[in-house]
Amino acid sequence: MSDLESFRAETRQWLEANCPPEMRKPVKDESDVYWGGRNATFKNDAQKAWFEACRDKGYTVPEWPKEYGGAGLSPAEGKVLRQEMARIGARQPLSSFGIWMLGPALLHFGTEGQKKRFLNEIASGEIRWCQGYSEPGSGSDLVSMQTFGEDKGDHWVVNGQKIWTSYADEADWIFCLVRTDKQNKYQGITFMLFDMAGSGVSTKPIKLISGNSPFCETFFDDVEVPKSYGEDCPAYVGEINRGWDVAKYLLGHEREMISGAGGGDRTAAIGAAMKRNAGELDPVLRAELAQFDVDALAYSAMGEKFLDELKVGKAHPAQPNMMKYAGTELNKRRHELMMAAGGSRALEWESEETGGGKGARGWLRTKANSIEGGTSEVMLNVISKRILDLPGA
Amino acid sequence: MPLYYDDDQAMLAETAQQFMAEEGAIAKQLRHWRDRDCKDGFGHGLWKQFAEMGFTGMLVGEDDGGLGMGNVEAGIVLENIGRNLTPSPFLSSSVLAATALKHGSDDVRGRWLPGLIEGEKVYTVAIDEGAKHRPETIACKAEKSGNGFRLSGKKDFVVYGASSEMIVVAARTSGDDSDSDGITLFAVPQDADGMSHDSVRLVDSSMASHVTFDGVELDGDAVIGEVDGGRDVLNAMLMAGRVGAAAEGVGVAQGAMDMTIDYLKQRKQFGKLIGEFQALQHRAAHLYSEVEIARAVTIKAAQLLDGGSEKADFMASVAKAKVAKAAGLAVKEGVQMHGGIGMTDEYDIGLYMKRDRALQEFLGDQYYHAGRVAEMSGY
Repeated sequence: MSDLESFRAETRQWLEANCPPEMRKPVKDESDVYWGGRNATFKNDAQKAWFEACRDKGYTVPEWPKEYGGAGLSPAEGKVLRQEMARIGARQPLSSFGIWMLGPALLHFGTEGQKKRFLNEIASGEIRWCQGYSEPGSGSDLVSMQTFGEDKGDHWVVNGQKIWTSYADEADWIFCLVRTDKQNKYQGITFMLFDMAGSGVSTKPIKLISGNSPFCETFFDDVEVPKSYGEDCPAYVGEINRGWDVAKYLLGHEREMISGAGGGDRTAAIGAAMKRNAGELDPVLRAELAQFDVDALAYSAMGEKFLDELKVGKAHPAQPNMMKYAGTELNKRRHELMMAAGGSRALEWESEETGGGKGARGWLRTKANSIEGGTSEVMLNVISKRILDLPGA
Repeated sequence: MPLYYDDDQAMLAETAQQFMAEEGAIAKQLRHWRDRDCKDGFGHGLWKQFAEMGFTGMLVGEDDGGLGMGNVEAGIVLENIGRNLTPSPFLSSSVLAATALKHGSDDVRGRWLPGLIEGEKVYTVAIDEGAKHRPETIACKAEKSGNGFRLSGKKDFVVYGASSEMIVVAARTSGDDSDSDGITLFAVPQDADGMSHDSVRLVDSSMASHVTFDGVELDGDAVIGEVDGGRDVLNAMLMAGRVGAAAEGVGVAQGAMDMTIDYLKQRKQFGKLIGEFQALQHRAAHLYSEVEIARAVTIKAAQLLDGGSEKADFMASVAKAKVAKAAGLAVKEGVQMHGGIGMTDEYDIGLYMKRDRALQEFLGDQYYHAGRVAEMSGY
């Protein structure tokens, strides 16, 4: 047996022994997702047992090095673990922006001291992070952001406002873009890390058209941020005034994630399911569904090609922008068609039959797909410039 | 299998790209033969060169003297044919007819394959009956006659029909017109008595025939595969042809797009390069995205076909439909972004539009294939 095959056998055994049956069922709603953090509570014993087993094994972040709370798996082993988890339908033991966003940034730019402290806190689910990027006046033009940190020697005093901070009201710490030099647009931003419990930080959830509130406004009113949290552990990632490099790196990472290249429902054909639900389809709707399915199945092949090329370094570095653009536009179309096929039933906002208006809320939620993480228009700008090399306006 | 070319395929792609850009270029082939009103619509010299490159017999098994390659490799050649609008019987001869002939007896293969591999002969296929591709219905009849068959009926859109030494004809040997069974494929030689061509030039300067079979006597050796069991061979041929046409379409799309992007970087209006205008940038970027996706699904379909997957037929339709959409967008945006000069015969972009139109129709347009995707999905 090859090493990988014996790893697969071990993994299968470990999952069998440690993943409770309840954790092998699909996630129904937000309460089934465990985010960790100081105020976290478990929904039930199964969720707790599954999380703790994974944490102790390093499987909340399987491919991170062991000294930072991971299991030190190779990419090939990581793939095997994902495959085996998918095989039994195992849920993610821990969801977190620390895992998805800050972690990769620290692994790339962080000091040893930062990695030891923050990555371990993320892996163990102790600290829940949120991301402070957008501001009311700085959406697509993110670099124009104004939240300012005044230099006071050993600390900054931060004033300003962030918006679209996902789950800021439940987060413990924030990784935040703060202007530290007003004269320098790109080289005047610092990527700061600080505690949301400190005085002067307040959050206010934003109610969306879907009726849900996953995002907040976050206010900073004379917030004191120390420059260091101890030896080799600065309060900023990368260098002071060079936070834009870190932000750009993370945006690329985020676009890859949002593009849904890893598969998921947005790549699937839907025509057959729509017919099962709706009975007879109007001929013109059937035609639209057929056109959609062609695009969705083709995009699915593109996702496969993109990931295969990414693994061996053949993908154009700006290709995630294309994937994000095409994938999110497709997902919006998908939900439009689902609403059309669903008829008046799909309009229901609260009924039990619709799981509390899941269809309608989901449809509205997709409208943000082509706005968050860079709008479709910004993606098209990036493709024009970086891939097609069209002249600057 | 990863969804990109392996080392051998990447090398073939480089060779094919260089060869087609030099020998198959628009000025050297398409315009050259068109402007001389060539009745073949393609150059026999280039066909010989295809043979020297090993292209003509690339899908033919090694035992029969071919290269034993797959549809991914044929797609690589076709993408470059598309990119250069190279008029060539490659798709009809080396993909469609060759795929049918692979199912033939030793005698059939021995009779027809060497001429194809050598680049001495050109073949085509006769499937459509009417202006639209509807291979589910075959009315063209072949009745038993002595030791052989007597073929009667009409076929349309037989590309390079009058120039072909042999035509693979799908005919009905039993049952009703719309029956799935009861189809037989025949290799009909050019000199068969009772076969006549009404040969016409198409919008893309290629030639196609309306072929009439008026009691054409064929001996038993003309049968490819099993009598009444031709549907499977026909389907194999259609899958290969559709994936091939999709690959050529990706090339047409890429060629039109490259030309257009170049133009956006040269043409000035209002004192600026027109490529600086965001109205055009966004459309160009959207086009890029569509062409990339079309290429991905085409390679996917070819890989499935080469792997003998049962999903290949379905994915071939997805690919043919997606490429039609992407290439259609590429040529329309191409002409529009070129502005007035795009309407002139002197400029090549219009040639892409014409080729795309013909290729869209060949072996089923996007509406046919999207409908097929729906049907095969169960709605």
